[in-house]
Amino acid sequence: MSIATVFEIALAAVVLGLAIWTIAVPETYSATVGFVAYGLLVALIWVRLDAVDVALTEAAIGGGLGGVVLLGAAARLRDAEATAAERPDRSTRLIAAILSASIAAALAFAILILPDYAPTLAPAVVANAGATGMANPVTNVLMAFRGLDTMLEKVVLLLAVVGVWSLASDRAWGGRPGPRHEADPNGVLAFLARLLPPAGIVVGIYMLWTGADHPGGAFQGGAVLASMWLLVIMAGLADTPPVSSRWLRFILVAGPCLFLVVGLGGLCFGAAFLAYPVAFAKPLILGIEVAMILTIAATLALLLAGAPERNT
Amino acid sequence: MNLARDIMTIACVSTGAFFFLAGTVGLLRFPDTLTRLHALTKADNLGLGFVVLGLLPQAEGLRDGLKLISIWMFALLAGATVSQLIARAVRRSGAR
Repeated sequence: MSIATVFEIALAAVVLGLAIWTIAVPETYSATVGFVAYGLLVALIWVRLDAVDVALTEAAIGGGLGGVVLLGAAARLRDAEATAAERPDRSTRLIAAILSASIAAALAFAILILPDYAPTLAPAVVANAGATGMANPVTNVLMAFRGLDTMLEKVVLLLAVVGVWSLASDRAWGGRPGPRHEADPNGVLAFLARLLPPAGIVVGIYMLWTGADHPGGAFQGGAVLASMWLLVIMAGLADTPPVSSRWLRFILVAGPCLFLVVGLGGLCFGAAFLAYPVAFAKPLILGIEVAMILTIAATLALLLAGAPERNT
Repeated sequence: MNLARDIMTIACVSTGAFFFLAGTVGLLRFPDTLTRLHALTKADNLGLGFVVLGLLPQAEGLRDGLKLISIWMFALLAGATVSQLIARAVRRSGAR
């Protein structure tokens, strides 16, 4: 047994243990911290499986931004948790346990009856890599071969923002999301928020650009840009924009709209919906990705900022 | 030449792993928040620093080496800022 195998077994055991601990621990805050560590370790597993694109996304979303969303939720629940002493009675918990266990069993059964060599389209993806002028097979699948899925995924993100905004009270509608963050303008947080974004913005754009041929892409780059924006907001150097602002709404719909327009163009001038003309495939895809990185960055940051709650 | 590089990598990464281990033990065993922070920064700064130093001889070119060093610098920057913020929060709340 090689060192790598020992490491992989240890990693899998720690991830499973952490998952059980996250479910079993009673405090919301501890469960959140466990979930963030779980996300980072799952990212390591994706690296071991040579799926660096997925690892980057998991680290950014599962470990980073998702963790911040859950921490915010835990902070809001802290007061309610102390007062809500009643727990679901035994039969409710028993039914929930049976339901969860049967779903887990059904999933395990479905995995076990898969044929030993699962049907795969990976060789076809590698064989057609030249069609788009990009070498990263993941970007090829996301942007070209299964472009429809990616477009709808961005629409779902947009719906999520609409869902968060709909939690606003009537009075606060059209106002700015989240509390106004106050921090010492000469303190360490403000210093970091001045020092880090220039480098972070370069890294985010680099991730988008290198995604054509290496692991990376609009989603990972957008997550980095979103975190830079949030850092500046949390340090009190900038405020969240009001949700009624036109440019904000324009950025939120830019990515999916451009994707849709290019897709319809494929219907008019090309072979099918979302079929890129071969000569312009790479510039078109890059154009869509540039619009999408802005949309993704704005969407992720606004999901974290929360519902509009003040008008000043 | 290759052997010398490999020896340096093994020595430095092992030292880094030792600091990570020591930092983790400190994080789990030290009595109050400030000393636990102290243990954590040892893992972040020295541990990651030695790991990066050990990986430098294995980098394929100047570009990869610079990327490794910048990862360490960003971790230093983030670690220093977060420790300051946590320490300040501890002092304000008076909690130990």
